[in-house]
Amino acid sequence: MLNYYLRLALASMRRTPVLSALMVLALGLGIGAFMTTFTVYYLMSGDPIPHKSDVLFAVQLDNWDPNDDPTESAKDVQPQITYRDGTWLMNAETPASRQAHMYGTGAVLVPEGDEPPFEERIRATWHTFFEMFDVPFLYGQPWSRVEDNDRASIAIIGRELNDRLFDGENSLGRSIRLDDSFFQVVGVIDDWQPVPRFYHADGTSRALADTEQIFIPMNRAIDQEWTPWGNTNCWKANDEDLPPLEGFLQGECVWTQFWAELETPRQVADYKEFLDNYVREQKKIGRFERPLNTFISDVMEWMEVNEIVRNDNRVLVRLSFLFLLVCVLNTVGLLMAKFMGKGGEVALRRAMGASRRAVFQQNLVEVGLIGVLGGLAGIGMAWLGLRAVESLYRGYQHLVHLDPVMLATAIFTATVFAVLAGMYPVWRVSRLAPASLLKTQ
Amino acid sequence: MLKMSQVSKVYRTELVETHALRELDLHVEEGEFIAVTGPSGSGKTTFLNIAGLLEPPSSGVYLLDGEDVGALNDNRRSRIRNQKVGFIFQSFNLIPDLNLADNVDVPLRYRGWSGTERRRATGDMLDMVGLGSRQNYLPSQLSGGQQQRVAIARALAGKPRFLLADEPTGNLDSEMAASVMKLLKTINDEGTTIVMVTHDPDLARQASRNIHILDGRASDITVSGPPNVTPLEVARA
Repeated sequence: MLNYYLRLALASMRRTPVLSALMVLALGLGIGAFMTTFTVYYLMSGDPIPHKSDVLFAVQLDNWDPNDDPTESAKDVQPQITYRDGTWLMNAETPASRQAHMYGTGAVLVPEGDEPPFEERIRATWHTFFEMFDVPFLYGQPWSRVEDNDRASIAIIGRELNDRLFDGENSLGRSIRLDDSFFQVVGVIDDWQPVPRFYHADGTSRALADTEQIFIPMNRAIDQEWTPWGNTNCWKANDEDLPPLEGFLQGECVWTQFWAELETPRQVADYKEFLDNYVREQKKIGRFERPLNTFISDVMEWMEVNEIVRNDNRVLVRLSFLFLLVCVLNTVGLLMAKFMGKGGEVALRRAMGASRRAVFQQNLVEVGLIGVLGGLAGIGMAWLGLRAVESLYRGYQHLVHLDPVMLATAIFTATVFAVLAGMYPVWRVSRLAPASLLKTQ
Repeated sequence: MLKMSQVSKVYRTELVETHALRELDLHVEEGEFIAVTGPSGSGKTTFLNIAGLLEPPSSGVYLLDGEDVGALNDNRRSRIRNQKVGFIFQSFNLIPDLNLADNVDVPLRYRGWSGTERRRATGDMLDMVGLGSRQNYLPSQLSGGQQQRVAIARALAGKPRFLLADEPTGNLDSEMAASVMKLLKTINDEGTTIVMVTHDPDLARQASRNIHILDGRASDITVSGPPNVTPLEVARA
């Protein structure tokens, strides 16, 4: 009977095209608004690296002003660490399987041809970054520890930049010019966009930016005197006896990110103890004047610590849900009008032997179909909404997209809401007394 | 086949109580063609609705094939309606956006027949009413008489025990009305019981027996019925 009911539903919708279109539009608007806000929320709160998120840990060391408020949780501690601490940790023998130190910077890229120079963001890091975060390679491979130590002028570039500079060809061995220096391409990574960009969550929206298209050894970036493009927070003046760069690097400013890969609970405990011991040692030379506060947070905890999903985003989701409910209520009114107009046909079917249940089922299928169409319209509107978000906030290009889960959710939500909205009108029409309506046909 | 004893129907609102039928007794035998006449508001349609199980009587007993159908639940009434009753309405009541075959198919859908059975039955019925070649036409493409023929095909498709016809020729001109009446007579000759409500005394005369309803009460006004018809009993309330 389902096929039959679907056929009848289509015929019924053709009979009242304007009313049907209004219902689809009302549901589509509600679903579209809800899906737009929910998609952004869902993508922000998703696990960016599901297969490893429980073994990757962000490191926080509380080196801040001793006169500041006491630290109660990881949220009270700076999300970044000093260059000095990160460098020491990278060179120490630690219980971690891998560690990665990094910061975001940028330079002017000078293309070979006629294309004018342009600024490009750079991730300065260590060779471990790529294996830790499972970065997929199109050509080449990560550089090695030797090249980190040698401060080599090498670069790994993203697919998008490779397409732009080298027409997508294998560019291994070619050079790119950044400011006045040349860097040899040793790897090209495939499309890689963890959302959110968890490895650089510094309390601002940078965690929602696209991944960088250039990766170079961190030591090399320091030699280039490329300063951080991102939050740099200091509580204490740098040592004026040192040259400015050296003073900055050795000072108490936090501007680098640090990650450790810890595969077992034992490793986690040992690494935490290792960090605590390091801080205790540093206290002896007058650093880390606050009580001992070291934190390691896995990826999902890190998202929470940095409040990647902000409260206003949650409020927006709730508001759009209310809007969806208003649209559903409007649809109830439209469905009432539509189904009450079907009284004659319902009476006829009842006379021909249709039970109330059969009439209920037939009209519920129609409501479900309206829901599915409303869901499809909602997807279209959500797509428009997300394009609007994209145009309002640069850097969200890869963030705002509808993935299959969201598409299925849109259709499912619309169908469920349409069926819920239609329950009462459908029930009413199935209870109509056929005798009184047949004569007025 | 159809036996009503002391059947009454009362419609109640907060302000008024309307007695549409008053203690009506009626016995219809298999194969009869009965015409029910009476002025507007006399209770003819209420009688038809109760006979067709579209609404239950307020009191009294209604036996159909020996089964008391007066107090059945909606599901059971729907099933009996589907299996035993065929309706023909004055305004045809065809579904405008379904083609002729799909219109005839409506009662069969609720019968649970297979697609092959349904196709065969709808084809046969449309052939019988002379519209077999127009199965894919929409009702709006037919004349009134043709539409009523489709309605008759629909009523007969499920091979019901009896047909209830409410002013079947009321919306037709005399030529078409005669043609539809001829078809109903043929159907009756083939054994289908027919109960027809009509205003038209000429049409009523063509039925084997005439029942007149006035103020909810029925009386037999048959002047001369065919000899082979079992006398019906009509009791005055």
